[in-house]
Amino acid sequence: MSNLLIAPMILPIMTAVILVFLRGNVRVQRLMTLVTLIVVLIISLFLLMEVEAYGIMRLDFSGWLPPYGILFVGDAFALLLVTVATVVTIACSIYAFSTIGEAHENMFFYSFVLMLVAGVNGSFLTGDIFNLFVCFEVMLLASYVLVALGGGKRQLRESLKYVLINVVASWMFLVALAYLYGAIGTLNMAHIATRVAEVGQDPVLTTISLVFLIVFSLKAGLLLFFWLPGSYSVPPTSVAALFAALLTKVGMYAIIRTFTLMFPHNQEVTHAIIAIMAVLTLIAGMAGAMGGRDVKTIATYNVLIGVGFIMLGLAIANEQAFMGVVYYLMHDMVAKAMLFLCVGMMIYLTGETVVKNMSGLIRNYPVFGWLYFVALCALVGIPPLSGFVGKILIGQGAITSGDYVLLAVGFISSIAVLYSLLRIFLASFFGETIIVLEDEVPIRKGMMGSLIMLTACMIFLGLGANYMMPFVEAAAAVLVDPSIYIDAVLRGNE
Amino acid sequence: MKINDVILRTVVKAVVFIVLTLGIYLFFAGHNAPGGGFIGGLVLASAVVLMYLAYDIETVQKTMPFDFKKIAAIGVLLATGTAIGSVLFDVPFLSHTDAYYNLPLLGKTHLTTVTIFEAGVALTVVGVVVTIILSISEEGEEQ
Amino acid sequence: MESVMVILVGVLVAVATYLILSRNMIRVILGTALLSHAVHLLILTMGSLKKGNVPLLSDSDGPYTDALPQALILTAIVISFAVTAFVLVLAFRTYGTNKTDDLQELRGNADE
Repeated sequence: MSNLLIAPMILPIMTAVILVFLRGNVRVQRLMTLVTLIVVLIISLFLLMEVEAYGIMRLDFSGWLPPYGILFVGDAFALLLVTVATVVTIACSIYAFSTIGEAHENMFFYSFVLMLVAGVNGSFLTGDIFNLFVCFEVMLLASYVLVALGGGKRQLRESLKYVLINVVASWMFLVALAYLYGAIGTLNMAHIATRVAEVGQDPVLTTISLVFLIVFSLKAGLLLFFWLPGSYSVPPTSVAALFAALLTKVGMYAIIRTFTLMFPHNQEVTHAIIAIMAVLTLIAGMAGAMGGRDVKTIATYNVLIGVGFIMLGLAIANEQAFMGVVYYLMHDMVAKAMLFLCVGMMIYLTGETVVKNMSGLIRNYPVFGWLYFVALCALVGIPPLSGFVGKILIGQGAITSGDYVLLAVGFISSIAVLYSLLRIFLASFFGETIIVLEDEVPIRKGMMGSLIMLTACMIFLGLGANYMMPFVEAAAAVLVDPSIYIDAVLRGNE
Repeated sequence: MKINDVILRTVVKAVVFIVLTLGIYLFFAGHNAPGGGFIGGLVLASAVVLMYLAYDIETVQKTMPFDFKKIAAIGVLLATGTAIGSVLFDVPFLSHTDAYYNLPLLGKTHLTTVTIFEAGVALTVVGVVVTIILSISEEGEEQ
Repeated sequence: MESVMVILVGVLVAVATYLILSRNMIRVILGTALLSHAVHLLILTMGSLKKGNVPLLSDSDGPYTDALPQALILTAIVISFAVTAFVLVLAFRTYGTNKTDDLQELRGNADE
């Protein structure tokens, strides 16, 4: 039964490998990618229902009981993220079907997308911190290839930097793991949590947790985001959308797990640092988003605003804030993918990247224009769309715990998002049209389909909030009270 | 300019077999002594690379007409396949089994499914290493 | 023994840092390879060193070495091997298209 838990990771890997044999047969490759992702989606939805009904499930690899073996743990938080990640990947690969081009498809593009998903899903599901490192590396290796694939001059240059930054970050991950193993002598996340609680989180352990914070911040773009704008602006649209939706979220997921499950006992140090980093990220993101001249820059700095906002929720750390964090994470995956696809579409349609040089798109492409408007509203947090629920929950959490500064910064950031995106909308979609009817580049069905799919997800996350709430509450419950997770993992060993 | 590499070629002819044998020995020794799929695979790959060094790419391709990308893929499939296989028997993922058999010629032999997994690892390593070396060297020839 | 190992790790990290901060692409990559060696030794040291014992093998009660750090290191070596190989190919391609291996010249600017 619990063997199903491995499926979101192993199915994409196997399909990715099988696709190697189908080089040149593009149609079959696309079909298999899509079918695999849909199967993973169905399995993860099923697992989500199971977890909701019977509580956290775990899978001990080859029967080694925790804390000795590697294991996957499926709780509501992880499975919600797996589900949304798979949905986003489906949308991005549908977009890629019609845009990425033969050259990429013959260079095993879909294999690497599937490997990326496998790494992301594995990172969400794993219950062992070394296994988290391995899943991170699977994800990162796939992302290295995707950044560099089909490389032109600029792309290769940026991808070299991206890879080197991440190599150093992975090295720090290993250093943190080594110290952790030396200090605690275990790598099972639940077992670490109990050991840390037993000895009390002394300064040494807090320092180790801060090393982890640095590592994950590099991946999440929390304050240490200097690499992000460069490397997110070079790859093709569908890849950039995948990165914006998934990679930073995995980093954030790791930060949240580290500081709610493993090291939650020294909050006046760790959470204060996270709060400061989040506020600084928000300020930098706002500056970049409002000052950016081209659409890609504005979109990448919006990613940073999302990161900062979610980390505010973690810093506030009460139940409502955690519910908001879970909800906003899901929303942010969908909305950021949507934003990047929209931006890529604008560049595809006009051949321009600078906001000022585009104008009147909505006359040529009315449906696309209004889809962008919906994405804008969702990102700003206008009800009834998906961003609203997350923002209101984090806001309530901040009021409950009296963090009014964080509250203010968080909501000012919404205004910055509104300003930066509305500026694109007004300048590029309204006004005199610059594209004459004959020059109109047709929007392909697949591109439109993926945009509509993501919009539908955003509307569902907004209107279907009542339906999602039980899952979100279950996820937040684990974050508030890690003993639920610990019991589920370490119980039944006797 | 033609380099006179008679010595290299002669040595390689002899050494490749020794290296290959060592690779296979390490692969099987990995069961309960130092060795295993990864190390065995690396040694096997080094034998292939040695041949590429001594002869040109075309000659080696003629004698070993494999696509090393596909070899790596077969390796991963073997490894994940044995891991997934355990799911079919309703035991946890990645479980392995072993038993003693009386085989002709070999006598009492210890057989285990881990060997299949390790074979997958070895093939993956050989495939990946040779692919990387080739992708660098082929690029160099184009320029 | 532990202190010797820790000093060795420190030296390796120092050398690697020096290499990574240089402007030559290949030196940077060598630096990252050295970094990974340093951290492998660090993991080994953190698992507490014992001389002359094997990881869990025999059924006897004798002292044995913790097998976990070795497993971790093997995994980490495989990963760093793959990453280093990829970075080398990438660096080579970058050199091919950008015609330089000087990272200062690879900085790039916004208005090109």
